[in-house]
Amino acid sequence: MINHTIRRILLSLVLALALPVLAQAQELIAAKSFGKAANEIVVTFAGTVERAKVEDPANYRIYEEKDPDIQLALESVVLAEDEKTATLTFKEPLNPRLPHVVSINRLAESGAAATFTVMKPYLGYLFSILIGALLINNFVFTKYLGLCVFFGTSKRKDTAKGMGLTFTMVIVVSAIMSWFFYQFILKPYGLNFLQIVVFIGLVSLTVQAVDTVLRKVNPVLFNAFGVYLVLVIANCVIIAVPLILADNEYNFWESFMLALGAGGGFLLALYLMSSVRERMELANIPPTFKGVPIAFIVAGQFALAFLGFSGLSLF
Amino acid sequence: MATDKTNLQLVVNGILNENPIFRLVLSMCPAVGISTTVMNGFMLGIAVFFVQVCSSCTIALFKNVIHPRIRIPTYTLTIATWVTVIDMILAAYLPEAYARMGIFIKLIVAFAIITMRLEMFASKESVTASFWDGIGMGLGFMFGMMALGFVRELLGMGTILGYDVLGFKPLLFFVLPLAGFFCVGLMMAFFNYIEIVYKRARRA
Repeated sequence: MINHTIRRILLSLVLALALPVLAQAQELIAAKSFGKAANEIVVTFAGTVERAKVEDPANYRIYEEKDPDIQLALESVVLAEDEKTATLTFKEPLNPRLPHVVSINRLAESGAAATFTVMKPYLGYLFSILIGALLINNFVFTKYLGLCVFFGTSKRKDTAKGMGLTFTMVIVVSAIMSWFFYQFILKPYGLNFLQIVVFIGLVSLTVQAVDTVLRKVNPVLFNAFGVYLVLVIANCVIIAVPLILADNEYNFWESFMLALGAGGGFLLALYLMSSVRERMELANIPPTFKGVPIAFIVAGQFALAFLGFSGLSLF
Repeated sequence: MATDKTNLQLVVNGILNENPIFRLVLSMCPAVGISTTVMNGFMLGIAVFFVQVCSSCTIALFKNVIHPRIRIPTYTLTIATWVTVIDMILAAYLPEAYARMGIFIKLIVAFAIITMRLEMFASKESVTASFWDGIGMGLGFMFGMMALGFVRELLGMGTILGYDVLGFKPLLFFVLPLAGFFCVGLMMAFFNYIEIVYKRARRA
C-alpha cells in the first residue's frame, strides 16, 4: 500500500519535471544556450526554418527577465548550413548569470511569436563559483591575498591543516553573516559606505564567538585550533570575500559557495606549501635564501603553476 | 613608559631597522599584488601612511579609556574608520589610481602592520611619539613598495614612473603580477647577503 503511494508520488514528480520538456518539444525550439563568446546566444530549431525570416534581426525581441523594458540590441543572426542552428550575436556582451527572454516573431506558419527563456543550469553555475574561488582565482596564488598568514603558518603540515580548517569554518560563517547584513541592513538603508567597518566588525565578532563556543563545547578541538583563531583576523581574505560578494550582489548560495571556495583554496594552498617546506628543511639552501626568501620563490612557482588553471571552465 | 628615542630615531627605525616589508615581513599581500610600478607603490604607500599615522594618534589619544579586554576590536574599528575615509577620498579625487588599486585600498584594514604598531607602540606611548612612529612606519612601507615597484618596472618594462629609461624590456616576466613573489624573495635574499657581507667585514 505504502509502496503504491510512493510510486504514485514519484511518478507525478517525474511527470512534473518532464512536462516542461515535453511542452517545449511541441514547439519549434529544440535547444538554446549561451554561445562561446560573451555576446552570443545559440538557438537550435526543431525543424528547418525559413532563412529570410530567421536572419532578420527585426523579428527578435530580447530582454533580461528582470527588466523587460530594456531591449538588448541585436547585431546579426546567422543560420548555419543545416538550416536549424541560428547564432544570435549581440552588440554588447550578455550577462550569462541572468535568465534572458527571447521572442521571435512570425516564425511559425500561423504567425505567432515563439517565446522562450535562455539560462544557465543553476547548480552548474554554483559549482563554477566554487571551482573558480578554489582553483582559477585561488585567493593566495592568483589574487595574492592572505600572504602574511600563509607564510607564517605553512612551516608544518599539521599547522597548515589546522589553520586551513579553522579559517574555512570562520570564513563561511562570517561571509553568510556579512551577506545577511549587507542585503537586509546596509543596502535597504543606503549605508553602503559603512561596508568596511561593518564587515570587519562582523569578522571580529565571529572569531570571538567561535572562540567562546569552541572553548566550552569542545575543549579538545579548542586546544588543537584555538591558536589559529587569532590569526584568522589578520588574513586579508576574510575581509575580501564579503567585499567581493557585496560588489557582485551574490545571493545566499552564491555567497556560501564563494566563501567555501575561498576557505578551501586557502587550505589547499597552505597544504601544498607546507609539504614543500617540510622537504626544504632537509635541502641544502644557500644561507642568504634560508627561511622566508626561498619560501617566496617557491610560492612564485606555485603561482606560475596555478596560472595554468586560468581559462578552465566546466559549465 | 616613554620611549627614550628621539623623533628622528623613531622615523629612521621605521624605514630601516624595522622596515615593515623587508624586516618584519608583514603586509606582503600588496607587496606582491600591486607593486608592478613605482607609481602604484607610491599611491598605496600614501594610503597606508595616512591610515597608520591617523590611527596611531587616535589610539594614543584614547589609550587610557580603552578597556584592555576589548582593545583589539577597538583597534580594528579605528583602522576601519580611517580606511573608509581614505577610501572615499581616493575614490572622489583620484578615480583612476583608485581603480588600479582595486580592492587593496579597502584591505588596508586587515594589514597586520598597522594593528601590530598600535598594539606594540601607540597603546603605550605618548601622542607625539606615536605620531613619529606612525610616520616612520608609513614611510618605511612606502619605501619598500616603491623599491619593489622600481625593480619590477625597470626590469619588466624598462621604464621608471612611465619614462623610458633603458629603451628595451629586459625581463617582461616581471610585469606579471605573480612575479612579485620572485621579486620579494630575491630582494630579501639580496638584503640578507649585504648583511652577511657586512658582518663578515666587521669581524675581520
